[in-house]
Amino acid sequence: MLTKRLIACFDIIAGRVTKAVQFQDNIDVAAADELAQTMYEAQIDELIFYDITASSEKRPVDIETVKKVARCVFIPFTVGGGIKELDDMYEALKAGAEKISIDSMAVRNPQIISDGAKAFGSQCIVLSTQVKRTPSMPSGYEVYIDGARLATGLDALEWIKKGQELGAGEICINSIDNDGMLSGYDLELMKLAESSLSVPLIASGGAGKPEHLKALFEKTEAQAAIISSMLYSPRMESNYAVSEIKEYLIENGICMRPTRV
Amino acid sequence: MIKIIDYKAGNAPSVLNAVTHLGFEAQLTRNLSDLDGASHIILPGVGSAKATMESLDESNLLEALQDAVIGKQIPFLGICVGMQILFQHSAEGDADCFAWLKGNVIKFDSSKVRVPQMGWNQVRFIKDSAIDAENDYFYFVNSYYAVPEDNDILWGIADYGGDFAAAVCKENIYGMQFHAEKSGEAGLALLNGFLEIK
Repeated sequence: MLTKRLIACFDIIAGRVTKAVQFQDNIDVAAADELAQTMYEAQIDELIFYDITASSEKRPVDIETVKKVARCVFIPFTVGGGIKELDDMYEALKAGAEKISIDSMAVRNPQIISDGAKAFGSQCIVLSTQVKRTPSMPSGYEVYIDGARLATGLDALEWIKKGQELGAGEICINSIDNDGMLSGYDLELMKLAESSLSVPLIASGGAGKPEHLKALFEKTEAQAAIISSMLYSPRMESNYAVSEIKEYLIENGICMRPTRV
Repeated sequence: MIKIIDYKAGNAPSVLNAVTHLGFEAQLTRNLSDLDGASHIILPGVGSAKATMESLDESNLLEALQDAVIGKQIPFLGICVGMQILFQHSAEGDADCFAWLKGNVIKFDSSKVRVPQMGWNQVRFIKDSAIDAENDYFYFVNSYYAVPEDNDILWGIADYGGDFAAAVCKENIYGMQFHAEKSGEAGLALLNGFLEIK
């Protein structure tokens, strides 16, 4: 049986992982390749890197960091930030990434989703989106871009369905309201998203303890969950080990890839 | 020298990284003269069966591979789509493939499971081969899977809405539907086993 996936997510500035709360007050954590290797050895299932200043600095994604990571990490990893065209995707894939995440750029130019899917296959294209509770929207959630600063007027559910139609192979939804709050995933949002998609959903925003993952996987059909603070945030009194999280989930009947001793 | 077939849609660099990490020397190759002197050949795969066959054809690699794998019996590993094109036909793009192995490649039933299958699945190895393999979890990304005609070539089985061929082997030919190069230490161990075949 296919297992649920735990994905460690890194927000990267100048080759270093940082941790923010609701997209602000980033503090330094570690060098990206070192933390990636630590997570690999801890047997995380997958990694995602967001080069969070690439877009605003109008430069392509940090390929050198991607290459460094690819040499020491032998699990799938996704790269996002600063991806504007097919060449950017090709460079990141050639550097060793499995998948490309597109977010704000896809809202500005949805065709990049279909172009990417045609060139490299749907399995390479992850549509990531930041959404915020907005009662006036049909689904109750609105899409935000540019580091969650700019409201788009797009309904979250409409947007992810369109992304899937255009060829995205996975959809990653981050709840802006829950991001960094350590109070659990927005289960209502994830349920809504998962039931309207046929491609896998990656849930993001709010995980603070293993119980939050249990609730996500029991109450929704999300295939994967992003965790970051739990694993490495210096803001937490103590972090969780990957093995500890997985053991807890397996004990609770959730299908996971067990950690090997 | 270990040769890894490189084509634009493939993920040859990831495979090269894994092989290098294991302490072997390998070359990415795009043309047939490079296959001379190959000790092992790996065909990574990403994308569709049709695109892969076309890409190999454009690089004049179809006959060169036939000669190396069937003629010279050089150990060969096909990964993901690289395994699928070992069979006779793929429903993905209605593609005629190498036909080194009997059987066809069909799509998962999207009314039963989410397609593509994406993630870690458990593989049960059901026969001995030159590569030591233990039941473990491996990383899959596939919408299509091979249905071998001959059950003797089934090496590993996984379950996604029913059992399917996760790994096959016959003589010098090995196929892995999962991405061994991205399946952590379990995947690296299998790659190492392949590269140690004399």
